[in-house]
Amino acid sequence: MNKVLILAEHNGQQINQSTAKVLSAAKQLSDASIDVVLFTGDKSVADQVAQFSGVNKVNAVVCQDNHDQLAASIAPTVAEMAQGYSHIWGPSTTFGKDVMPRVAALLGVNQFSDIMEIIDAKTYKRPIYAGNAIITVTSDSEQQVATIRTASFSADKTSDGQAEVVVSELTTMAQHTTFVTLESGNTDRPDLQTASKVISGGRGVGSKENFAMVFELADKIKAATGASRAAVDAGYVPNDMQVGQTGKIIAPDLYMCFGISGAIQHLTGIKDAGTIVAINKDADAPIFEVADIGLVGDLFKVIPEMIEKV
Amino acid sequence: MKILVAIKRVVDYNVRVQVKPDGTGVATDGVKMSINPFDEIAVEEALRIKEQGKADEVIVVSIGSEESQQQLRTALAMGADRAILINTAQAVQPLQAAQVLLKVIEKEQPGLVITGKQAIDDDNNQTPQMLATLWNRPQATFVSKVEFTDNGLKATREVDAGLETIEVELPAVISTDLRLNTPRFVKLPDIMKAKKKPLETIDINDIAGDRSEQKLTIKSYEPPQPRTKGIMVESVDELVTMLKEKGLLS
Repeated sequence: MNKVLILAEHNGQQINQSTAKVLSAAKQLSDASIDVVLFTGDKSVADQVAQFSGVNKVNAVVCQDNHDQLAASIAPTVAEMAQGYSHIWGPSTTFGKDVMPRVAALLGVNQFSDIMEIIDAKTYKRPIYAGNAIITVTSDSEQQVATIRTASFSADKTSDGQAEVVVSELTTMAQHTTFVTLESGNTDRPDLQTASKVISGGRGVGSKENFAMVFELADKIKAATGASRAAVDAGYVPNDMQVGQTGKIIAPDLYMCFGISGAIQHLTGIKDAGTIVAINKDADAPIFEVADIGLVGDLFKVIPEMIEKV
Repeated sequence: MKILVAIKRVVDYNVRVQVKPDGTGVATDGVKMSINPFDEIAVEEALRIKEQGKADEVIVVSIGSEESQQQLRTALAMGADRAILINTAQAVQPLQAAQVLLKVIEKEQPGLVITGKQAIDDDNNQTPQMLATLWNRPQATFVSKVEFTDNGLKATREVDAGLETIEVELPAVISTDLRLNTPRFVKLPDIMKAKKKPLETIDINDIAGDRSEQKLTIKSYEPPQPRTKGIMVESVDELVTMLKEKGLLS
């Protein structure tokens, strides 16, 4: 039997979709028994996880002073809990990437990062070189620590589960690390990592002010908004909008990008999108090599026309 | 305070890596090699901290083949004071890299360790976190801003939700994100000067012979699934019609 412990992610009120995706991945293992561990200031979030079918137990570890955000505080508890589990998995989000390697180090194993496909209980596929190569990788370790590439798995949508919730207090607070603030660029728009439609802008958009046009089109079709690294570096938009190798890896049904040339680091973030639409004035831009639909044109004319016509 | 910066020799970020036809690896013969870009940012940050008078010495360390000396020399040309090559012909995995770096830390006693958040070859994003764990010290990962305080330092981290700030006591491990700084260009006289700076080579088994045996085994390499060739449209009308037909716009 495969015994899986999933590290859940949430924002204090809502379970992050990444948790439902890790759960989907875990359900692909044969004969899997799945438990979840969740660190939280408010244990009501645990009830959301308990509703997923196929989850047996939710370990809600209550943390004070935002220690639920700190890898050094929570990893030792995950590692303690991991005894007896064959798979200890978390999402390949900034949260999971911060915590899971610490868990792996405490358990004395290398981690499988960004699993995109499960071959069997000890063999997986994952991308390297910004997705330019895919490796099949295995380990005979009794404890398989991994992060799950969220763009590769659909979110589990079950809601008829009745997992047992076991509440405890965090006892492994790191004294040397303190949470100060989280400055969120959050808007009312759909979440970039889970939205079915994403509108993105790049350096070609030209300024922070011009991005208003991108936002307007996004709002018109209820899309999330993203950006290339160049647009973030130039200060047009905040960092949480960055899509790519070092930003967010996304898989919307529709990805429409304006003024993005298509560096390989950006393409790796959108490869799993259903339909990629590229609008760029340069007909030779590499983005057109991956686009399903391309339009060579001036975004300053195309966006207003689209706003009018959609 | 000493700052230790760990760097890795990787295929240059501009190279489009190709999987070998027999699936045994990626083609690296004759390909341009560079310092991992995130590690170059780590070197730059260490130098800036030293230039602010908050550190006395910047030591760069790399684990790899003799050829990694080139990347260490580049870091010396940027301004690092001395370099250590932990020499091994075998590729090391993150846990082993962290174990080796811990030995270097024990020897050098740095007040701060800075390294890139991930190497752009394996894209693992594990070594800094593992090192902080084995060292039993705090970590600040994916950092875009560092500010020293009375107790240690405040680090701004690029996280999915935005920008998170944490405060950590020193010594600590920082892993760099892209917007922390823009590395300086190396000038020719600096390259000449760097040739005279100390570069020590230590065999991996002499410093960390008791490394863990646990490893992941790569069974095969394959190129990514290509996307099917797309089509070009001539007008916004055509585009909108097509997206409506696909059910992507209502």
